[in-house]
Amino acid sequence: MSADQLRRALVRISHEILEQNERPVAIVGLHSRGVELARRISDLISSIEGVEPDFGTLDPRLYRDDSDSASIKPVVPSEITFPVDDRAVVLVDDVLYTGRTIRAALDAIRDFGRPSSIQLAVLVDRGHRELPIRADYVGKNVPTARGEDVRVMLEEVDGTDGVTLLRQSEAIAYGGGQG
Amino acid sequence: MARTRAATTTPERLRGQSGNTENETTQASPVAHRKPGEARPNQPPMFGGLSGSRRNVLDLDDFSKEEIEHILQSADGMNEVLSRDVRKTPTLRGKTILTLFFENSTRTRVSFEQAGKVLGADVINVSASASSVSKGESLLNTVRTLEAMKIDVLVMRHPHSGAPYYVASKIDAAVVNAGDGTHAHPTQSLLDLYTMRRHLGDIVGKKVTIIGDLHFSRVARSDVWGLRKMGAEVTVCGPPTLLPYGLRPGTEQADSAAFTGINVVDRVEEALEGADVVMALRIQQERQDSGNLPDLREYSKLYGINADRLALASPGALLMHPGPMNEGIEISSEVAHGAQAVIEEQVSNGVAIRMAVLYMLCARSRGGE
Amino acid sequence: MVNKPIVITGGRVIDPAQGIDRLADVLLKDGVVEAVTDAPGTAPDGYEVIDATGMVVAPGFIDIHTHLREPGLEHKETIATGTRAAAAGGFTTICAMPNTEPNQDNASTVEFVLRTGREQGVVRVMAIGAVTLERAGKRLVEMAELADAGVIGFSDDGNPVADPNIMRQALTYSQITGLPIINHCEEPSIAGAGLMQMGVIASHLGLTGVPSEAETVMVERDIALAELTGGRLHIAHLSTRRAVEAVRRAKERGLRVTAEATPHHVSITDAWVYGLGGATPDDGALSTVAYDTNTKVNPPLRTNDDVDAVVEGLADGTIDMIASDHAPHAATDKECTYQEAAHGISNIETAFGSCMVPVHAGALSLEGLIERMTAAPARFLGPTAGGKGLGSLKPGLPADVVVLDPASEWTVDPSAFFSKGKNTPLAGTTLKGRVVTTLYAGEVVHEAGVAVE
Repeated sequence: MSADQLRRALVRISHEILEQNERPVAIVGLHSRGVELARRISDLISSIEGVEPDFGTLDPRLYRDDSDSASIKPVVPSEITFPVDDRAVVLVDDVLYTGRTIRAALDAIRDFGRPSSIQLAVLVDRGHRELPIRADYVGKNVPTARGEDVRVMLEEVDGTDGVTLLRQSEAIAYGGGQG
Repeated sequence: MARTRAATTTPERLRGQSGNTENETTQASPVAHRKPGEARPNQPPMFGGLSGSRRNVLDLDDFSKEEIEHILQSADGMNEVLSRDVRKTPTLRGKTILTLFFENSTRTRVSFEQAGKVLGADVINVSASASSVSKGESLLNTVRTLEAMKIDVLVMRHPHSGAPYYVASKIDAAVVNAGDGTHAHPTQSLLDLYTMRRHLGDIVGKKVTIIGDLHFSRVARSDVWGLRKMGAEVTVCGPPTLLPYGLRPGTEQADSAAFTGINVVDRVEEALEGADVVMALRIQQERQDSGNLPDLREYSKLYGINADRLALASPGALLMHPGPMNEGIEISSEVAHGAQAVIEEQVSNGVAIRMAVLYMLCARSRGGE
Repeated sequence: MVNKPIVITGGRVIDPAQGIDRLADVLLKDGVVEAVTDAPGTAPDGYEVIDATGMVVAPGFIDIHTHLREPGLEHKETIATGTRAAAAGGFTTICAMPNTEPNQDNASTVEFVLRTGREQGVVRVMAIGAVTLERAGKRLVEMAELADAGVIGFSDDGNPVADPNIMRQALTYSQITGLPIINHCEEPSIAGAGLMQMGVIASHLGLTGVPSEAETVMVERDIALAELTGGRLHIAHLSTRRAVEAVRRAKERGLRVTAEATPHHVSITDAWVYGLGGATPDDGALSTVAYDTNTKVNPPLRTNDDVDAVVEGLADGTIDMIASDHAPHAATDKECTYQEAAHGISNIETAFGSCMVPVHAGALSLEGLIERMTAAPARFLGPTAGGKGLGSLKPGLPADVVVLDPASEWTVDPSAFFSKGKNTPLAGTTLKGRVVTTLYAGEVVHEAGVAVE
């Protein structure tokens, strides 16, 4: 997926979000790359509508049920400064895989209030779900094998935009954890 | 004070490195020394010292800078959880944390308890005065009995230096040292570092001056480890009778890992000059009776932190104290509650730091299953 | 005794009392030494042969400082197990310290120890009486009566005789017995609640330190009192450079002062408290093996410099002899925090190997070491065992012999100790120098690797 494709996917997702929701939504990015994607979607929506949507970030790590996530990255403060009660909240993440991150995020957002609906936008859906979770907005479906890895690179973090599929050996070298 | 060496020095001896000799490099016995079944490595080397592999938190001496960094960063996330309306996460659901305190310390015990509870763990508090320990049961039996109740983390305070090391060598649960004798208090040091960072940003090169009883202070010992690892410049000042051997005049030891790179300054005014952080340590009443001090009045006169002395430090320098304070002795009430004091913040940061520590340890034990 | 006569052949016989150091055979008959031959390899008929080729053959070691714990503390050691352990360590004569329960401050307890030693001991047991009642440092014991009961000296060991006036009186009064006052020199007001040698290691571990001066001050005091009174002073477990220097000066002045050193104070240091076999932890980071309670001992393990000084003192004769201070403890006495742990090292079985450390390092000769473990303590004891003395292979003396392999390496395994006390910091350490065979009164009482009943 090239930088252009990535940009077009985000534009499409932003339009879809607006189509699906009559009332203003809140955009919440999941740490870490989901935050940057959410920021871009939020900017796109604001340029389309002329109104900036409520924006927040969420680190669902403390809500995960799987192993030693503590060893990878420190816990990051979540920032949700607007009331989420009775709001439509769109969670944004880079890759949807087993669904466990999203499950954790659903629990996490609940500690901030009771949204009227929670929707999910992802840049890449690579399959292999372990939980009954699906995305409402998908940039691209990428069929993968389990041993492979999908690497999303963003200008803000990696200096360049793009999505690449890493085969098994490369995936080990990259060592990124995605859920 | 001439020391004769060399004449009898050959590689063929057992003895090893000793505390009072100069220029003696580490020497193990001629053949590998191991105790079968006893050594339980604190940290498997294969993980290279990153958190997640850590078994115990006994002191900061075996922490890498990256690991301390990790905890300090995580504490930011934990502080955010503490600022929410719903201060509860399911992170450590199903984990049991036991606080076992052989000394009274409501402050530290409650801090660990709250940290565990916010993260969803079950926390059981045992205070040793109320337990079978007072009936003569040994520490080992007490701990084994409690471990049989399936605990994941033992948070322990004990009046004897090294007690948590002994316990950690005997049980499977992770052990967190919440203060052992006059040895260490690593979570206090972490919260001190965290508090400094929140105000000063990076603490590399910052001048931290610790004033008072360094000999008997476990807080100071752990602070010194943490500050040096994070690149701060540590200056200490206190009565010569209350400086540990190795820092006391005439006992300087260049080759001790525990005490290298610390500035020892005689006059408090000089020690405070240009300090970015001033930390006053608690002075115990009983130091008068043991001959360490003539009286607290003279201590206060020579080493007490007051507005005049604090003014010698950098403008806006932080004033810290591990608590509980003897106001009017090591610290004047005026500065203890003044604009530069961050003493109450130290306490509130303690919960976040302990959450980060417990999270790190429990994630490890969960990963192992 | 109807023992078969024994000849120990082919070994290097070192008997410092006679100035013997040569290849020779040692003939033992009827429980005494028959001869040290001039022509090795000509064993007479009818003698059982012990081949000592490549070994060193010496008089059995004498230990004037052993804690046997019986009566009263039999869970730590008994006279039976302690003497068996002594045999394993090459010792054929040991002297029981009086800190039993009850104390050896009365004739009947002393007689009990000596009788039990004769009946159950594997080697010779002698007794040391207390200096003061209950070892409390207040009132002198009935020294003449204890001397009649057979004590070889007086000591409150474990405690110092802290009161200078009591020490003065003891040194004066004991002269009616001719026996020494053996003092554990540690000034309590300086030692305080100290747990190990004061120094950077103690500071690092947060353990209260005992300054060396606690020993120096009392050694100097006792030397002054010995000079004042003319009494016979023996300083137990000398461990610091300053104290060694003090004894050296006292001897130069011709005072009746003797001193001993332990196997641990000539071989290991306070760094062993780290639990790493004497190594210092990398970057100072402690691990859960730190605070090794088996290193807790009184006087504490000292610095390298002190070890050097003690070895120098042994080499030049300032320190007269090795004495083990064998201090067995039950496991529970050491399964605890450092502060709670009992003082002492169970070391009689590792004594020779530890004392060989300075020998292999070239700081002490093998003959010198054997002198300090045989002839010197024998002189200290004076004419005993029927008036003929001990600690030599002179014809007619008790056939107490030890066969040693100074070059043999072995790894210390406390579970194999004969002593009930498994408390040693040397577990897992390799020592070079081993006791192969011990004979007491012409009988084999220990053979390495062989069970001896």
